[in-house]
Amino acid sequence: MSETSAPLLSVSGVETYYGNIVALRGVDIDVHRGEIVTLIGANGAGKSTLMMTICGNPRARHGQIVYDGTDISAMPTHEIMRLGIAQSPEGRRIFPRMTVMENLQMGAQLVDDKYFDDDVKRVFDLFPRLKERQVQRGGTLSGGEQQMLAIGRALMSRPKLLLLDEPSLGLAPLIVRQIFDIIGDLNKNEGLTVFLVEQNAFHALKLAHRGHVMVNGKITMSGTGAELLKREEVRAAYLEGGKH
Amino acid sequence: MSSNDTQPADVNHPEGAQIKREERLAAPNLPADDPANSYAAAIKDAAIAALLAGVLGFFFLAIRTDIAPGGLEVTTRWALWIISMIVVFGGRLAISLFFRGGKAKGAGNKVVSAVAVPGLGTWLGRILFAFAVILPFFFVYFFPGRDRQFIDLAILIMTYIMLGWGLNIVVGLAGLLDLGYVAFYAVGAYSFALLATHFDFIGFWIALPLAGILAAFWGMILGFPVLRLRGDYLAIVTLAFGEIIRVVLLNWYEFTGGPDGVSGIPKPTLFGLEFTRGEGGFADFFGLEYDSIQRFIFLYYIIFILAIATNLITMRLRKMPIGRAWEALREDEIACRSLGINTTNTKLTAFSTGAMFGGLAGSFFATRQGFISPESFTFLESAIILAIVVLGGLGSQIGVVIASIVMIGGIELLRNLDFLQAIFGSNFDPTQYRMLIFGLAMVLIMVWKPRGLISSRNPSAIYKEKKAIGADMVAQGEGH
Repeated sequence: MSETSAPLLSVSGVETYYGNIVALRGVDIDVHRGEIVTLIGANGAGKSTLMMTICGNPRARHGQIVYDGTDISAMPTHEIMRLGIAQSPEGRRIFPRMTVMENLQMGAQLVDDKYFDDDVKRVFDLFPRLKERQVQRGGTLSGGEQQMLAIGRALMSRPKLLLLDEPSLGLAPLIVRQIFDIIGDLNKNEGLTVFLVEQNAFHALKLAHRGHVMVNGKITMSGTGAELLKREEVRAAYLEGGKH
Repeated sequence: MSSNDTQPADVNHPEGAQIKREERLAAPNLPADDPANSYAAAIKDAAIAALLAGVLGFFFLAIRTDIAPGGLEVTTRWALWIISMIVVFGGRLAISLFFRGGKAKGAGNKVVSAVAVPGLGTWLGRILFAFAVILPFFFVYFFPGRDRQFIDLAILIMTYIMLGWGLNIVVGLAGLLDLGYVAFYAVGAYSFALLATHFDFIGFWIALPLAGILAAFWGMILGFPVLRLRGDYLAIVTLAFGEIIRVVLLNWYEFTGGPDGVSGIPKPTLFGLEFTRGEGGFADFFGLEYDSIQRFIFLYYIIFILAIATNLITMRLRKMPIGRAWEALREDEIACRSLGINTTNTKLTAFSTGAMFGGLAGSFFATRQGFISPESFTFLESAIILAIVVLGGLGSQIGVVIASIVMIGGIELLRNLDFLQAIFGSNFDPTQYRMLIFGLAMVLIMVWKPRGLISSRNPSAIYKEKKAIGADMVAQGEGH
C-alpha cells in the first residue's frame, strides 16, 4: 500500500447539486489499492450522495472522479460498474421477489459464466446463512440476511473496488459485528479495496485504515482510523452514547 | 420503493427454530421413504385429478345438446361421464406410482425449490396443453352441430392468450405498465393487410415475420421517449400512443382506408394449398371431402403454434440474462444500474419483444377476419389484454391462459345464458348484463386473490452443490 502509486479511486474537487441545492462542496478523497477507507458523518452530511456520485447518479457538476486511470465523472452508471466497481447500495436494494440465488445471479451479469459456481460457493462460504436461504425470496429475508445478500451480490461481480453504503443500517449489534468482520477478512485475505460509508463511526473507524469525516458536504477531518477514533471532536460528535 | 416492506416480523428467531423451519420446508421434496404414505398421497392426487376431470367434463360429457325440431334437446350421458372420471383416476394413479416414484429417487440428492408449488400448476398446464392439441377434433367429434362456433371461440381465446403472453413480457416481467398494447396489435394487422393488398406476391407466411419486425420497430419507437418514465406516467404515455396509432389509422384515408378499413386480406395457405372447394384446394389434394371447418381447424393450429412459440420463447428468455434483467428491472431499477445493467437497452428489448408478439398476433387477426378497421383496436382491447395479464397474476404464464379462458370464454358464455330468462322473466336479456357480471367477477377475483390467480413465480435458478472444490479458490478472491 504505497502512497506514491496512483490511487485506485481518486475524487477531487467534486461538487454535486440536487437542483439548486448544494450537496457536496468540493470533496477530495483517495482510495488506494488494498485499503479500507471510511467516510463517517451525520445524517444528511452528503455521504451517500458522494457514493452515488462516484456511481454517476447524480453526476458531479464540478470536479473529477478517476478510477484506475479512467475519468469516470461523465460515464453512465452501468459502464462505471463494468470497470470493476461493485456497490452495496443504501437500503440494500436487493430484488425482493427474486430468490437468493437469482439475486446472486444478477450480481454476476458481467462475469463469465465459468466463474459462477466458484463465486457462488465463495459467497456461501462467507455467508453460510445465505446458503440455507438460497431458494427463499429476497424480500422474506431478515434485515441482516438482506445485507449479507447485498454484499454477496456485489462480490459476485468480482470487483476490484467495493463500495458499501451503511451496511450496519437497522441491524442488531451482533450482526453488525459479523458483517464488519467479514469485510475486514475480505480485505485482509483477498486484498479487496473497500470504500465504506457509515454512521456507525466506532465500528467503521476501527475497521478502516483511513477515515474521513464529512459535515455539510465537506470533509472536515482526515486521518488513520485509529487517529480519528482518539480525536476529541470525533468522540464528542459521533461516539456519544458509548461504544455500540 | 423499499425492500423492507415484505420483511417478516420475526427477524431473529433462534437457531433451533430456524433449523426446524428448514426441515419443514425441505420435507415435501424428500423422496417418500414410507410406502404407505406415498400410496395415500397418490390416491389423493388421483382423486383430485378425477374430480377435476369431472368438473371440466361435466358440460362436454354428461350433458349433450342436439338440434331437435323446435330448439335444442338435452340428453344426459352420466355413464360416459363417470367412466371418464374413473379412467382419469386410474391413469393418474398409475402415472404417480410408476413414473413419479422412479423419478423422485433419482432427484433426491438435488436441492429442489421449496418455495414454489410445482404440482398443480405444471399438471394443469399439461392437461390444458394436451386438450388444446386435440381441441378442434374434440369439438368436431362431440359437437358436430356447433363445432364451427366452438373452434372460432377457441381461436379467439388463443389469440388473447398470445396477446396476454406478449404483454406479460412488458408488464409482468419488466414491470412497465403499458396501456397501449393494442397499438402493436394494430401495427401487425395493418402491416400484413396493407402489404398483402398492395403486393400480390406477399401472402400470410411472408408477411408474418415482416409484421413482427415492424411491430418490434414501433415498440422501440415508443420505448425511446418513455425510457425515463415509470408507473403512472409511463401508463399515460403508452395510453396516448395507443390512441395516436388508432387515430392515425382512422384519418390517413389514402393509405389505410380510414374508417372503411382494409378488406380482401388473403387467407393463409398450407404450403400453397388454399382451403377452397374444388381443384387444387386442400381437401382435393389430400383426397378429403371439402368442409369449411377445415379452414377453421387450420387457423386454430396456426394461432396455437404462434402462441406456444411465444410461451416457449418467453420461458427461455426468462432463464437467460436478458430475462433476468427484465425481472430485476421490475424489482429495482437503481439496483439494476448499480449492477452494471444497461437499463435503457433492457427496457427497449422488453418493449420491442412484447410488441413483436403483439404484431404477430395482429397479422393473424387480419388474416382470420379478412377485413380490419380501426374499430378493432380501441382502448378497450388494451384494457382487456391488460386485465388478462393482471387477473392471471403478473408474470405467470399459466395464469394468462386461465384468465383468457375465463374472460373471453366467460363473455361468450354470458351471451348464451338464455335459461336466466326463466328466472328473471322473458324480458331479461343476459347480454345487456354481461359487462356488469364481468365487472363483478373481476372485482371478486381481485378481492379474493389480489395478486392474480397464479401469484407464485418459479425461480429460474437453482444451486447445485459442486462436489469438487477447485484448488484455485483462494487465489480467485482477488477478482481481477
